Amino acid sequence: MPERTVTVGSKSGLHARPAKLFVQAAAKQPVKVTITAGERTVDARSMLGVLSLGINTGGTVTLAADGEGADTVLDALVKLLESDLDAETPVDA
Amino acid sequence: MPELLRGHGVSPGTAAGPVVRMPDPVTEPQAAPAPADTEADVARIRPAMDLVATDLWARAGKAEGETKEVLEATAMMASDPELADLAENAVREQGMPAPRAVWDAANTFRDLLAGAGGYVGARANDVEDVRNRIVGELLGVPAPGIPDPGHPFILVARDLAPADTATINPERVLAFVTAEGGPTSHTAILARALGIPAVVSCPEVLSLEEGTVLVLDGATGTIDTAPDEATVTEARQRAARAAARNRRWEGPGATADGRRIKLLANIGDPAGAQAAAAAGAEGVGLFRTEFLFLDRGDEPSESEQAESYTAVFGAFGEGTKIVVRTLDAGADKPLPFLDQGEEANPALGVRGLRIGLAQPEVLDKQLRAIAEAARSTKADVWVMAPMVAVLSEAQAFDRHAREAGLRTTGVMVEIPAAALSAREMLGAVDFVSIGTNDLAQYTLAADRMSGPLAALNDPWQPALLRLIGMVGAAGEAEAKPVGICGEAAADPALAPVLIGLGATSLSMSARSLSDVGAVLKTVTLQQCRDLAALAKHAQDATSARDAVRAALPALGELGL
Repeated sequence: MPERTVTVGSKSGLHARPAKLFVQAAAKQPVKVTITAGERTVDARSMLGVLSLGINTGGTVTLAADGEGADTVLDALVKLLESDLDAETPVDA
Repeated sequence: MPELLRGHGVSPGTAAGPVVRMPDPVTEPQAAPAPADTEADVARIRPAMDLVATDLWARAGKAEGETKEVLEATAMMASDPELADLAENAVREQGMPAPRAVWDAANTFRDLLAGAGGYVGARANDVEDVRNRIVGELLGVPAPGIPDPGHPFILVARDLAPADTATINPERVLAFVTAEGGPTSHTAILARALGIPAVVSCPEVLSLEEGTVLVLDGATGTIDTAPDEATVTEARQRAARAAARNRRWEGPGATADGRRIKLLANIGDPAGAQAAAAAGAEGVGLFRTEFLFLDRGDEPSESEQAESYTAVFGAFGEGTKIVVRTLDAGADKPLPFLDQGEEANPALGVRGLRIGLAQPEVLDKQLRAIAEAARSTKADVWVMAPMVAVLSEAQAFDRHAREAGLRTTGVMVEIPAAALSAREMLGAVDFVSIGTNDLAQYTLAADRMSGPLAALNDPWQPALLRLIGMVGAAGEAEAKPVGICGEAAADPALAPVLIGLGATSLSMSARSLSDVGAVLKTVTLQQCRDLAALAKHAQDATSARDAVRAALPALGELGL
């Protein structure tokens, strides 16, 4: 299953606005994506799951997806996570 | 039930209108009996979640700024796929009824978030709100929160939480009445900030029928539950007169014989500074800086702090007086980066300046940021420390503030020990400011959040007024300013008393400025001193209030 490990670029970590933008982007994808931090893996479409990972800025997470187009989906979400989503105009995914 | 009820008036003004009850809070649903048709219960969960999410998205669409962000995040929690999975599994595998399954599933996430601390930890409350909404939907009970019957009403509640009060529409809510809560509860502070009359600590109101028309006086705390037509009409006219006057305060604040009393605003963030400037405040008597520190895991940097302080100072013209209170944290509002641990009694624990002196790098960073913002905006910035008990603390704070480049230093008088040593304190610093809420709490040994102790925790308590008088006398002897920045300053009947006790400026919610300013214009300094003597020598808080009101007919004429 394709995977990507990425360092979170947003100043506030994966909380608040960045978490919202990431979860919304994941929900739009044609395949299910999971996000792992430490030993916990959650559905990337789950706001509660993503928030509960408690990722701060500079933290690393691993994204995984399976099925058709998984690589494209992961690349787009990686780009989103690397950018500073606290800035006014986030990179589109 | 008697026709006339008496509670505790906490926000002055008259209102007449029908009762609308705040729905009772949703509580933990039963875990039994197991549903007869498991799949039918499973099938109810997602539609209920989606309905709640749709409602929250609609509300987010009407909100702005931070409220909008929070509502959007909450809407996403309401339709969360992992929450739905967890709840559905509990119905299928443990035979849990759907409402309890959702309750438990949400609690699992709430605990995970709370454990993460910082910003994420603060979202645990939002999870509970979402949980209550979904469970309410499944049980067919009214959604928690402020009701909207489509017409103006008097809101009757057991108590109001900060989350409820954030969504109040002041055009619709004519007044609040709560069964619990004290004069410094969230309900009271919010009511004054919005300029809505309010009475707290009146348990009998819970037995009032929905739709009963009340006439309420938010200054005296009386509620007429069976008013005749003439009383209702008169009350409506009074409310209309007060509303017409309330729009903007045209300063400067002064007594009838011309003694200048600066009327300042209490603010907590840059938006509050804008609102205070727009309301005509002559400056800021209390700038609470906690907003920068809450809801986050790390300490804000010096430049980030300086930027926020600049935004606040910049809302006013050059040379405007702005009193900044340094960080006031404690174990009841813990900040992750301070590593405070738990305390059995946080109100009497390591808080305010006690933390600042134990971790001076945090205090120094804040003071340097304040000094930088003061330089760039040319505001007349004063700094003061919260929770000071003894002279050596005042001296230490003065040293830290001057090293950071600040010129005007002061301390809050919230602890009786500080009031009793006011003369010495004023020898060490340039000014003092009395925080009446905490000074009342510590003088009467009555928790300010406690409903049953509301009568003790009353700013009209003669013992409290005597302490304030001692501080006022010290200020006069040292020729140094004595400010009042507690909610007591917002009470138009108490304001002249505080002046008479020696206060030289009053700081309050921006909405209260015009009421207080209008009353001050009607009294001379000597009258203020006479009123202060009346109140100080009264037998109890109620007779102090009644005596002053009787001696101040202008209050009634102003509709206060």
